[in-house]
Amino acid sequence: MVEQEGFRRYIAHVILWIGIAIVAFPVYIAIVASTQDNALIANGQMSLLPGGHFFEVYYQTIFVGTSGSTREPVGNMMLNSLVMALAIAVGKIAISIISAYAIVYFRFPFRMSIFWIIFITLMLPVEVRIYPTYKIVADLHMLDSYAGLALPLIASATATLLFRQFFMTVPDELLEASRIDGAGPLRFFWDTLLPLSRTNMAALFVILFILGWNQYLWPLLITTRDDMQTIQIGIRKMITTTDALTEWPIVMATAVLAMLPPVFVVVAMQKLFVRGLVETEK
Amino acid sequence: MQKQAIFQSKLLPYALVAPQLAIVLIFFYWPALQAVIQSFLLQDAFGLSSTFVWFDNYIELFKDPAYFEAIVRTFFFSFAIAVSSLSFALLLAVMADKPLRGSMLYRTLLIWPYAVAPPVVGVLWIFMLHPSLGVLSRYLRAMGIDWNPLLDGNQAAALVILAAAWKQISYNFLFFLAGLQAIPRSVFEAAAIDGARPMRRFWTVTFPLLSPTIFFLLVVNIVYAFFDTFGIIDTMTRGGPGTSTVTLVYKVYTDGLLGGNLGSSAAQSVILMIMVIVLTGIQFRFVERKVTY
Repeated sequence: MVEQEGFRRYIAHVILWIGIAIVAFPVYIAIVASTQDNALIANGQMSLLPGGHFFEVYYQTIFVGTSGSTREPVGNMMLNSLVMALAIAVGKIAISIISAYAIVYFRFPFRMSIFWIIFITLMLPVEVRIYPTYKIVADLHMLDSYAGLALPLIASATATLLFRQFFMTVPDELLEASRIDGAGPLRFFWDTLLPLSRTNMAALFVILFILGWNQYLWPLLITTRDDMQTIQIGIRKMITTTDALTEWPIVMATAVLAMLPPVFVVVAMQKLFVRGLVETEK
Repeated sequence: MQKQAIFQSKLLPYALVAPQLAIVLIFFYWPALQAVIQSFLLQDAFGLSSTFVWFDNYIELFKDPAYFEAIVRTFFFSFAIAVSSLSFALLLAVMADKPLRGSMLYRTLLIWPYAVAPPVVGVLWIFMLHPSLGVLSRYLRAMGIDWNPLLDGNQAAALVILAAAWKQISYNFLFFLAGLQAIPRSVFEAAAIDGARPMRRFWTVTFPLLSPTIFFLLVVNIVYAFFDTFGIIDTMTRGGPGTSTVTLVYKVYTDGLLGGNLGSSAAQSVILMIMVIVLTGIQFRFVERKVTY
């Protein structure tokens, strides 16, 4: 190593801890606020130490909801978010892996055109075609449904490209070997390719789950019924324009609950997360 | 591009691509096409009939000072978010790249904000810096700053930039750290033997070698600032006060939904599409070429 000066290392530790403090501070405040009395917060008298209302606030948040603005239990919103995130992650992986398989392992007319049709979708996020997509989903009677929430967000190429790239690196000998064993294309896919793709699928799943859970603009447009709200939409509706009515401890508890699943996924599956993040950005 | 060993089948490949193709055509191409068509139409007040008006929607847009302001604002936000978040993340990554005890712990403690959704980021920051009840506002007021982002447009803009940059630190940190770890240690050692001090080593060795990562992250951050700030703005300021935090995406949303001006909203969507395509094009072109010195 270059210079192992103790002082420089000490500085590095200090800077990193300052960085961590800056990154963690807003969340610390949210956790603290979610255990306090609303009247105290509304007066601007919030303490920087945890209060004693933890169970009360979280019980009300998860099972009852706010008493004024949304009146929908946050537990139910979390369930909607979970279904949407899982549908997006599983759906995208499923349709992408089979289309990548077709593009890599078969030769058929329009193969390249189909590849390009899928590839181009990489460029445009749903935000730029938001109202026409809304109209189509409305025409298909999919407003306020899980299908309507998930399908338009599945329409993108990232996963297909990733699997295509991976399949290209799988040695040809594997296919020849399983052909000698008398395996057809579906058998080869199921018995050989799918097990080999397990890590890629897991990494992709982690990223897609987080992206799905955190969706905002699209669910905001297409959910009108309160019981179909995702947690991200619910939290926005809890902040009323007249400040006096906002129940801040519940809002902050909802914020904490909204962060919990994706943050847990990042921390617990860090290796897969980093891998997925780097791979999908290629 | 393709394997030597392949299967022969007439129908199976089509069956395999069919689900994705169907979803992409229905939920991507059809709406994108609709946006383009609609941008050339003018709807009457009741939405019953529409007439073809060529580029009128676009001309109207560019005559509209509010749209021009939104463009300038969006680029300013993007620039401010990218620069502040990138420089802070780079500082942290350079520190974490040193052989320190507990470096894995540091990484874990710095990357998790990636998972926090934009609307939640907005809620966290408006709560801390809320004019009447925010815990940080007390200190700002004690310092003699008349802090009220709900009334002061510049302060609202600063708040949006701050919150958006905060969320992006972890992403940038992760990619910078990966970029730094890919630089061979021998390069640093050579520079040290030549007598370059750490600061000089950073600017003459590390920084240039990191340029592909920096460039890649710059594009990603700009795209992020264009689109993902929507959730932050919507929970924090709702575009206000006035229009001081209305970005291009936010304007597409409000003009189409609240204003009901679908032709104009569609034209704005098409302009956004072109901007994203240009950005992605730049990224592909330069990232493929590997901008190294």
